[in-house]
Amino acid sequence: MDEIARKRHHESFVAGIIKENPLFVAILGTCPALAVTTTLEAALGMGVLFTFVLVGSNVLISALRKLIPEEVETPAYIVIVATFVTVVKMLCEAYIPNLYSSLGVFLALLVVNCIVLGRAEAFANKNSVYDSFLDGIGNGIGYTLALLLIALIREVLGTGMITIGDIFTFLKVNGASIHLYILKGPTWDYSIYLFGTPAGAFFVFGVIMAVLAYKANKKKDREAAERRARAFAAAEAAKKAPSPIAPVAQVAPKGGND
Amino acid sequence: MYAYFVSFLLSIVTYLLIDNVVLSRFYGICSFVGVGNKVKSAFSMGLAVVFVIVFATLICFPIYYYVLVPAGLPFMDTVVYILVIACLVQVVGFFIKKYSPALYKSLGIYLPLITTNCAVLGVVTENSNSGFDFGMSMANALGTSLGYLLMIVIFACIRMRLDSYTAPRAMKGVPLALITAGLMAMALMGLTGLGV
Repeated sequence: MDEIARKRHHESFVAGIIKENPLFVAILGTCPALAVTTTLEAALGMGVLFTFVLVGSNVLISALRKLIPEEVETPAYIVIVATFVTVVKMLCEAYIPNLYSSLGVFLALLVVNCIVLGRAEAFANKNSVYDSFLDGIGNGIGYTLALLLIALIREVLGTGMITIGDIFTFLKVNGASIHLYILKGPTWDYSIYLFGTPAGAFFVFGVIMAVLAYKANKKKDREAAERRARAFAAAEAAKKAPSPIAPVAQVAPKGGND
Repeated sequence: MYAYFVSFLLSIVTYLLIDNVVLSRFYGICSFVGVGNKVKSAFSMGLAVVFVIVFATLICFPIYYYVLVPAGLPFMDTVVYILVIACLVQVVGFFIKKYSPALYKSLGIYLPLITTNCAVLGVVTENSNSGFDFGMSMANALGTSLGYLLMIVIFACIRMRLDSYTAPRAMKGVPLALITAGLMAMALMGLTGLGV
């Protein structure tokens, strides 16, 4: 495997995890992100099933990319995705029935998930099967991590504890679910019911997006300040240098758009 | 008959306000946040969704009960529904173009997007999963789609007003839109007691 190919594989895998996170950067797939994030377990289950569908559809679409005519691209992709969703739905119903009932209709709604169709059109129909496979895994991990972050905040604030074993029953200890009490004790309870409700989902997602925007703005400001300082230094150097002709007025590039 | 009619109306109200499609069932958030602050385009988008959801329910109900169930293929529902919806969006587009060019002009760019709007697939899947009869399916379709129209228009109006106020730089755009939606969802929580 040569160096360039290895670098490309690495990029296809890593891009979707943080830098181009499908939920927080591209703002795609928001419906399940708000609906199934009441508990950590449901979010993890959704993330894993989503990754399975995305990898499957990415690989198949990439393998068929020379066969599918451009005019019927979208319908063909939808049918491929719907097939994988049906497979996942049946497997989930058979082996993890609790997850199936807690995800409900959102499992079927993976068919119209913007991320799956988006990756198909933006990546899988242009790249090799192996790259598409890595892209699917990377985006799947990125989306799962994003769901887990929202679910962690909502479950801890909403119920005051983390429950493990209600959905993945094989994690039960002595036939009982594990409860990790965080905001709740035998005599006190600081949980906030609102965060378990739909309104809380919007608040948590909105605040996370605002924090990310704040960090991005700060980085942008720092870069603009550096650019200004460089331009200023260059102007000073030009002023000092003896030149017979008056230098053309130097305009520092305008930085920041606030 | 009278009791059925009352429960039909009550379900419409439930799906329209109490169990609102966007703010409590989370269908169609992408288009909800994406359509932005233009009231006119929000109205057109909502109207197109009403058309498609009602017709999709009219078509998918007999397909499920008279084709898929007798053939022993109820697990194929997702594949069949999404194909029906994709074709329907095309047909509705042609139909509107022929009979009302003015409406087509305003709906134009939003029609293709409706195929991937989760509200449509969500409603038809929910109807067959919950075993609703035809009347209840139509009540679900009408209530949900009108609820979508109502919320998307109100949301666009609020965002139009928000744009004329200064907000912290990090909150501008999507974060503020999500917080606004959260406040709207809290307002709807006050109606929970009306549920049937």
